[in-house]
Amino acid sequence: MSTAANTPAPAAGGRAGMKKELPEHFKAYKGVWVFIEVERGVVHPVSWELLGEGRKLADKLGVELAGAILGPKGEATNHAIAESFAYGADLVYLMEDELLADYRNEPFSKGLTDLVNTFKPEILLLGATTLGRDLAGSVATTLLTGLTADCTELAVDADKSLAATRPTFGGSLLCTIYTLNFRPQMATIRPRVMAMPKREEKPIGRVITHPLNMAEEDIVTKILSFVADREAGKVNLAYADIVVAGGLGMGAMENLQLVKNLAKALGAEYGCSRPLVQKGWMPAERQIGQTGKTIRPKLYIAAGISGAIQHRVGVEGADMIVAINTDKNAPIFDFAHVGVVTDAVRFLPALTEAFTRRLSPHNRDKLAG
Amino acid sequence: MHIVVCIKQVPDSAQIRVHPVTNTIMRQGVPTIINPYDLFALEEALRLRDKHGGEVTVLTMGPPMAEDSLRKALTFGADRAVLLTDRFFAGSDTLATSYALAQAIAKIGETFGAPDIVFTGKQTIDGDTAQVGPGIAKRRNFLQLTYVSKISDVDLAGGKIRVERRAEGGVQVLETKLPVLITMLEGVNEMRRGSMSDALRAARAELVVWSAQDAGIEDILKCGLRGSPTVVKRVFAPSPRAEKAKQVEIQPAAIDTADALIETIFGQLPALEGELVELHQTL
Repeated sequence: MSTAANTPAPAAGGRAGMKKELPEHFKAYKGVWVFIEVERGVVHPVSWELLGEGRKLADKLGVELAGAILGPKGEATNHAIAESFAYGADLVYLMEDELLADYRNEPFSKGLTDLVNTFKPEILLLGATTLGRDLAGSVATTLLTGLTADCTELAVDADKSLAATRPTFGGSLLCTIYTLNFRPQMATIRPRVMAMPKREEKPIGRVITHPLNMAEEDIVTKILSFVADREAGKVNLAYADIVVAGGLGMGAMENLQLVKNLAKALGAEYGCSRPLVQKGWMPAERQIGQTGKTIRPKLYIAAGISGAIQHRVGVEGADMIVAINTDKNAPIFDFAHVGVVTDAVRFLPALTEAFTRRLSPHNRDKLAG
Repeated sequence: MHIVVCIKQVPDSAQIRVHPVTNTIMRQGVPTIINPYDLFALEEALRLRDKHGGEVTVLTMGPPMAEDSLRKALTFGADRAVLLTDRFFAGSDTLATSYALAQAIAKIGETFGAPDIVFTGKQTIDGDTAQVGPGIAKRRNFLQLTYVSKISDVDLAGGKIRVERRAEGGVQVLETKLPVLITMLEGVNEMRRGSMSDALRAARAELVVWSAQDAGIEDILKCGLRGSPTVVKRVFAPSPRAEKAKQVEIQPAAIDTADALIETIFGQLPALEGELVELHQTL
């Protein structure tokens, strides 16, 4: 045994974050948690996507995967518990309280912080939704731990720390971020970035409950009303099977009608790249990419989009990417499956017509006959 | 009322170029702008001031050249600008940034009057984290209202505020007590053109420039790289897909090419064709 005196802690001037040895009190932090987002009785599907990803991380670490559920007693919460097991959780941490019926920052950030401090997970994942981002920022600040936003890839390193990769500098590069000396390691991931895991019917397993210990009088913010989005006007880009999008190569705002026409012929949603939102050619809710929606369709048709990383990370989950662009060196051809080097403005009408012809029942009958 | 608006000077991201060999950002000559999301916060603050009276203080943390963005904010009509600048802040992640800004906001409160509202934009266009606003709220113990689409009413005498907040699947109408931290949603207002007198004032205005010490930050270890729990270990460019795209090169956009493309698509996604045919039968 070495008799050398313990080396003193690195000087305060050192880059503390790079120390590899985890402080003693954090070594008890074990397990991977996914915050199961239940709002107004509905679980956001990103929670299941994260359970799928969390399963891989937990298996690599040799630890358990847990769902953290905060909600009122009742059917919706019971459903969230049962589904968490079906999507791969080993156990559920549950905080049941009427005050958790609708999302408010105060009870949810206290509740989740208390759960973390009591049961000590090493990794905590949340969906990068308006709710998840509101909550994650508060909880990480209270816990004084690291939080990496909008990750596109999660991995476990050789030393068992979480390697969280995300686009940086406005989406020009990717960077891998670690929270080496603090626990839990927190990350948010946008809907559709991770694949939906297979659901398997499973019995309800261990459920560990913990009280919120709050009264309505403790909560300053009151919800006066909730105005639900009209179902009809809702854009559901993230979960669409087919998406057609236009970029600067469409040349003019009126040419976006060609994108909409093709989308209509395919029963698809339409969207655009970031510059078009900045120009005011399409509303922000239609933006696809790191700062807009992440999509995972079966078919994605990108018309006149060059394919900057900021856009790429938003569409890479598509089964098939078809790119139409005049510039054969455009970065989109680095990740598209099929590329057409031509002017999208001229090509889209032909494509729409060809699709319509091929899919029209009338024509098919004729062909069959 | 006193409103503090946190802004950030960011590179105009549309013009960022990455060095093809070293994978580093080529910053030379890249113009900087006020983070576009912050302008919605600033405009909302100016409207509240115009309606209720009081002052708008803009605050930024950054290098000395961030002065440009503060002066720009003054041309829009902000009353005062505070620049928090110190080498100790270099390398701050969102936790360290929210600490420094929260300390500066406390100092602004002591020096110029306690703020009723602190605004930030929804997120920045260079970091895109949306974490600093909630971080400031938690550290200052302000109530937090994120993704606010409308400020319906401010009752200064009663110390109350009512807002509409974008939530998943709808809009929450919330009432809470001042002071609050609000992160403003984009597209909810349009930044005014500043007046000539504001432009003249902005050009001559003396900015409040604070070091960490000036802002009352005693614990330097909570700042910059050392105060940041997250560590960036690797920055890299994404690799191309192993197989390059199968390119269909065509000169005039011909219908034959469209047919060939559709053949390729359905060749790889046969199930999709069936689904689409069914869909068309129901149309």
